[in-house]
Amino acid sequence: MTDTGIGASVRRVEDKRFLTGRGNYTDDIDQHGQAYAWMLRSPHAHARLNNVDTAAAASAPGVIAIFTGADMAADEVGGLPCGWQIHNKDGSPMNEPAHPPLAVDKVRHVGDQVAVVIAETKAQARDAAELIAVDYDVLPAAIDMNAALAGASAVHDDVPDNMCFDWEIGDKDATETAFSGAAHVISIDVVNNRLIPNAMEPRAAIAHHDSSTGHYTLHTTTQNPHVIRLLMGAFVLQIPEHKLRIVSHDVGGGFGSKISHYAEEAILTWASAKVTQPIKWVAERSESFMTDAHGRDHETHAELAMDADGNFTGLRVATKANIGAYLSTFGSSVPTYLYATLMAGVYTTPAIYCEVKTVFTNTVPVDAYRGAGRPECTYLLERLVNKAARETGIDPVEIRRKNMIQADQFPYQTPVALQYDVGDYPTAFNTALQAADYEGFAQRRAESESNGKQRGIGISTYIEACGIAPSAVAGALGARAGLYESAQVRVHPTGSVTVYTGTHSHGQGHETTFAQLVSESFGIPADQVEVSHGDTGEVQFGMGTYGSRSLAVGGPAILKACNKVIDKAKKIAAHILEASEADIEFTDGVFRVSGTDREMAFGEVSLAAYVPHNYPIEEIEPGLDENAFYDPLNFSFPAGCHICEVEVDPDTGVIDIANFTAVDDVGRVVNPMIVEGQVHGGVAQGIGQALLEGCVYDDAGQLLTGSYMDYTMPRADDLPNLNVGTQSVMGASNPLEVKGVGEVGAIGSPPAVINAILDALAPLGVDDISMPATPSKVWQAIQNA
Amino acid sequence: MYNFNYKKASSRDDAVAAQSSADDGSYLAGGMTLIPTLKQRLAQPSDLIDLADVGDLAGISDDGGAITIGAMTTHATVAESEVVTSKIPALAALAGHIGDPQVRNRGTIGGSIANNDPAADYPAGCVGLNATIITNKRELPAEDFFTDLFETALEEGELVTAVSFPIPDKAAYAKFPNPASRYAIVGVMVAQTGGETRAAVTGASQSGVFRAADIEAALGSGLDAAAAKEVKVSADNLNADIHASAEYRAHLISIMASRAAAAAG
Repeated sequence: MTDTGIGASVRRVEDKRFLTGRGNYTDDIDQHGQAYAWMLRSPHAHARLNNVDTAAAASAPGVIAIFTGADMAADEVGGLPCGWQIHNKDGSPMNEPAHPPLAVDKVRHVGDQVAVVIAETKAQARDAAELIAVDYDVLPAAIDMNAALAGASAVHDDVPDNMCFDWEIGDKDATETAFSGAAHVISIDVVNNRLIPNAMEPRAAIAHHDSSTGHYTLHTTTQNPHVIRLLMGAFVLQIPEHKLRIVSHDVGGGFGSKISHYAEEAILTWASAKVTQPIKWVAERSESFMTDAHGRDHETHAELAMDADGNFTGLRVATKANIGAYLSTFGSSVPTYLYATLMAGVYTTPAIYCEVKTVFTNTVPVDAYRGAGRPECTYLLERLVNKAARETGIDPVEIRRKNMIQADQFPYQTPVALQYDVGDYPTAFNTALQAADYEGFAQRRAESESNGKQRGIGISTYIEACGIAPSAVAGALGARAGLYESAQVRVHPTGSVTVYTGTHSHGQGHETTFAQLVSESFGIPADQVEVSHGDTGEVQFGMGTYGSRSLAVGGPAILKACNKVIDKAKKIAAHILEASEADIEFTDGVFRVSGTDREMAFGEVSLAAYVPHNYPIEEIEPGLDENAFYDPLNFSFPAGCHICEVEVDPDTGVIDIANFTAVDDVGRVVNPMIVEGQVHGGVAQGIGQALLEGCVYDDAGQLLTGSYMDYTMPRADDLPNLNVGTQSVMGASNPLEVKGVGEVGAIGSPPAVINAILDALAPLGVDDISMPATPSKVWQAIQNA
Repeated sequence: MYNFNYKKASSRDDAVAAQSSADDGSYLAGGMTLIPTLKQRLAQPSDLIDLADVGDLAGISDDGGAITIGAMTTHATVAESEVVTSKIPALAALAGHIGDPQVRNRGTIGGSIANNDPAADYPAGCVGLNATIITNKRELPAEDFFTDLFETALEEGELVTAVSFPIPDKAAYAKFPNPASRYAIVGVMVAQTGGETRAAVTGASQSGVFRAADIEAALGSGLDAAAAKEVKVSADNLNADIHASAEYRAHLISIMASRAAAAAG
């Protein structure tokens, strides 16, 4: 019997080393004879690269080598690949311009790599980099998406009008018909503000090449080491898997920004064979700001058709999505299949059409960031639904109730490809309204007014899709990878267990949650289980961690391997207990002959497996170590309702979040404490997007928010106490019945915050505000109203 | 950062001598602005003269009518000082909201005013409270000390040694922080000292701290908060950036002055 199984709030085993400075982060690793790399980066957003003169720098103290794009091109190094191919409306494939790791003919954003200097010390490398003379012809920058689409300046000479692709989904004709018969048409323009991820740990890498064996080892801060091995090995450097090891132990936060295969990884790995000594690179914080993939950055016009009774009859969406200067690893999937496929939301809108134009600009590439596409979709829908409520005079609660998919309508086929497996949105909605004391709001508003403050309440009812799957469907939609997961469960002779997972933990607490799965399965305490991840030399294979997939896809792989272990262990127990295998029961960690007191503990069976003195050696091999791969049946669909209540000071525009309630349906909860923490973190980032964070480039492409002096990271005192709960319907897409929790907070919260602000300011005549709703913007909106 | 010579001064004279003999020497107080600037390679002094060991530059003394704060006294020390919290609580509160705990435990009053960041809090505190800046050469009123953005009346090598604050009858500081940096977008020190009413504004102007004459007139001898709120401050010559327009800053001057006046009572 164990009390550390599914449903227990087991304390995170990884926290002791994180909190006491004993984590094993990439920058904690130093290798014998290690040299240091400094990246010379473009100060210009867009320029032709005429000549890179490294002569003076090469003779600077401590310099070992300097390489430019020409050197890599001479070695026929490939470009950084994109992992998802999108097709245009006319069926032609998207534009995929070359993405050389070191710039060759042009630089395309501030921070683009021009050369790498390798020296004995980091300071020497940096000093030498200042001696490199680069001859740039500065070109006009394409920054604004509309100007870029109008052909302002060609980011890539071979991409007309900077259009990466022009994509659509849904039934255009059916949607037009819905609009032609509509009683009301509500239209809205929204911007989903560009965000800079800012993981606590900056990106870092150490590459080493062993010339005696031909092995390459790259330590890197990635969320998906096997994906990096595949992309970099196969597409960029032509190194076969058995000669390339990627190690990513502790990683200090990713939020999507550490999914991408980055240029520095390829540059260091390639250069390590040239200089025959390990090379280390650690990003400065300012490099993180200007080179980590950014998130969001959409401009959208949308219209909602309604009948006379307030039912949604059609939705028409046109989005422009900024993809940055290059196609990042999954940049193309975010504004398409992770965005527009959620346009039904939790509503029964029967006809939906969405088109997305994706635009190259002279800014850092845009890729997945916590929520990746679903926050953009949710923000649009929930702003639009609130606007519909206001314009038709229907209460925001009633308009949602009236249009919500009901619990008996599952599986529910949306008009935008996805089929929702299971859910109960009205119950979660009602639970949230009650938890937020929605009924008592009018009185609280009156109290605020008597203090000279404007009070408002905002609702967001959302759905999202996690665990992108099955692989066959993802492949049909353009994914260039499978999206299954693998696990190995190795039972040691005395019954302790090591689990190797292909997912990757960079703060999520997998070492605890996954141990609980094994604890539940084997009936042993979680502290008898250790979870290993992040090293392609140890873990058989894996697709990594993003899209809240780890538990929904990686969890069932572990379960499957555990079941294989139990099946084999039953055979062993049956032999030793001299019973038929069919008569062996396994409960609470004990194998027992059904209806008797003859039994063996889990550890006794595992010992027999490794010391096979009395063992069915002719039927099964010794050992107790099983592998499993799992490909889910469908996406999983977390959903829920977030309600925000704000108080606005009209004198200053300062917004105080008075209450924030989140009720999320995340399916089965393995560790309630970790789930609550995930929601807290996600909501913090969502409130950050709504009120604080916004990336700003000037017209020349200089990053104006390049440090914490100008980019507002949420701090503890920016956040209220959060009222968080779950209201779950067990998931139907995987045997663990889990859905995913990593992103719900960031998806559900921003529209709740903005709807609350607009509710507060409506009496003053304000009907729109953009994110981040800073005090200055709120004050200006009040002045303009 | 680039290489520099490092010297730990043992006394004021030692510090001044080291500075004068250096090609391009810079005093190092708490380093909360200077060190990040060096790390970004935005400055390249030949020498850093560390003042940390010059013992008589730190400390707070109560001279009866005034409080004198040594240049190397940290913000945290000022914020927690019994003398300051009891005699000039507005100044303690101002110091207690500079930066974050790390900055407050390293950053010093002398370093802050010598740097004269146009969004720093101390310049408003010094001008509003009619402080006297004491250097190794002279004493001068705060109003004459802060001359322009990052510019002061300090001559080459001149060392701030202390700041003396007359004890006001009433005072309060109201700050509207930049959401990102937490520097002041607008900070106003409203004080009444010896019958004179002052409202000193930081964060807002293109030329650094200034006294807002129209606000001071509205406040009058009674520190009339409601009247201050009604003043329409001109946006001319105020800063505008991605965080706040000049108009917003102008508006906040009235609001913050009014709130400071109300808090000062």
